[in-house]
Amino acid sequence: MRKKYSFLSLLKNAFTNNENWQKMWESPEPKKAYDVIIVGGGGHGLGTAYYLAKEHGIKNIAVIEKGWLGGGNTGRNTTIIRSNYLWNESAHLYDHSVKLWENLSEELNFNMMFSQRGVMNLAHNEHDIKEMKRRISANRLNGLDTEWLDTKQIEELVPIMNARNLRYPVLGAAFQPRGGTARHDAVAWGYALRSNEMGVDIIQNCEVKDIKTDNHKVEGVNTSKGFIKANKVAVVASGHTSVLAQTAGVKLPLQSRPLQALVSEPIKPVINTVVMSNAVHAYVSQSDKGELVIGAGTDGYNSFTQRGGYDVIEETVRAIVELYPIFGKMKMLRQWGGIVDICPDASPIISKCEVKGLYFNCGWGTGGFKATPGSANVFAHTVAKDEPHKINAAFNLERFSNGRLIDEHGAAAVAH
Amino acid sequence: MILIHCPYCGEREQSEFTNGGEAHVIRPKNPEALSDKEWGQYVFYRSNPKGIFHERWVHTHGCKKWFNAVRDTSTDTILKIYKLTDNRPEISEFKSPLKSPSGEPAVGSGNFAVKK
Repeated sequence: MRKKYSFLSLLKNAFTNNENWQKMWESPEPKKAYDVIIVGGGGHGLGTAYYLAKEHGIKNIAVIEKGWLGGGNTGRNTTIIRSNYLWNESAHLYDHSVKLWENLSEELNFNMMFSQRGVMNLAHNEHDIKEMKRRISANRLNGLDTEWLDTKQIEELVPIMNARNLRYPVLGAAFQPRGGTARHDAVAWGYALRSNEMGVDIIQNCEVKDIKTDNHKVEGVNTSKGFIKANKVAVVASGHTSVLAQTAGVKLPLQSRPLQALVSEPIKPVINTVVMSNAVHAYVSQSDKGELVIGAGTDGYNSFTQRGGYDVIEETVRAIVELYPIFGKMKMLRQWGGIVDICPDASPIISKCEVKGLYFNCGWGTGGFKATPGSANVFAHTVAKDEPHKINAAFNLERFSNGRLIDEHGAAAVAH
Repeated sequence: MILIHCPYCGEREQSEFTNGGEAHVIRPKNPEALSDKEWGQYVFYRSNPKGIFHERWVHTHGCKKWFNAVRDTSTDTILKIYKLTDNRPEISEFKSPLKSPSGEPAVGSGNFAVKK
């Protein structure tokens, strides 16, 4: 039965001490065989299960997760959503996602806390200005709502910013009003809840050890709960995707690195938009709880340790304190790292491969959260039809042979 | 932050160094004879193991010399530092703490979601 959440259900459960909420999804033991196994229970993986069940009528699906749902990069990012990418292919893909975000709370009847508070990219030098104005023009040709702000307009939107009296003064910004933030857990839980209702098995605390293939065809996966047979295996394991691909004999052009984020103690609302700056590497937004959510950079070397170096945080915090002097005496509460899989052209891979029945959705690098619904939607299409949706056709593996790269290093917020 | 023992300057903080990616990648001798796919493999594909990894470092804020290291990417433990002229140490020389390719080591992982 479809679980409905409403003001009435909140009220009713409040009167019974919130002790009677139903479990959101079941935790079954894995069956012996599935039509599709999705490796990775983050937003992208659970979303893929949801769209496979809803739009493609495939119900015999398992999502297998090593830890808990949304405990990987879905729960470790800074929840920024935008689609102001330079190339047509990326603009279509990321804006497909933003459009899905706009109706996702209603579609899943689960509050995504999607807040279109705008995303601002600061320019600090002549090159930034030229690059951003070029990107704004490209965006507008693709129907995106990006616009140029001068320093005065920035100061009106973000009065706490010290835009003029710093080493690299703020000379302008690209602003996308439809961008914003969403609740990271909600997207994983919402997709898990609704896909489970349609019969998808969600299997947590089960590690996929390797992908079994025979004669260039996928047979299933070996897990910590034994072998599970599958017609199709879709790998959405972010930093660990290339490690799993290796077990199936597939090499992916990915490098895994820690990417850090940190949050401060909660304070009253001071910043009502998302401000990012590539040049000095500072980006910050304020969560609904009042914490400043700060994204740091990637470590300069491959690692799977989910920690990250303190020098990387220091660099980011230094820039933030200069840009917002009022944050100078704030305390940081938590810091963490996630392992991101970085592609040579800073664009994702949503593709089948030379092994029949094996699909990859990876290479999101430092910016996969914003794409969660769109990526899941087109990946489900790719898995169901064994051919890409027109939106993700360009994000194939062949581009690393034929040279049709989609270079988004300029639009990726984190330098890498 | 990890400490790296530069073979020329001694132990320094990692932030003094720049990572140069996978070591022992050899440029093909006959690029014109390669297919697009083979050339793409050389240009874009690097190994990305969880566990034992041969990599290059340069002491950017020090002697500016390049050297190689063997590091366990699941714990960031540096297992061996060697000069560019030294032979590539075999993977079998080192013990990996991982029980499966994408597993978590008992010590040295920050992944508390699955650390046992």
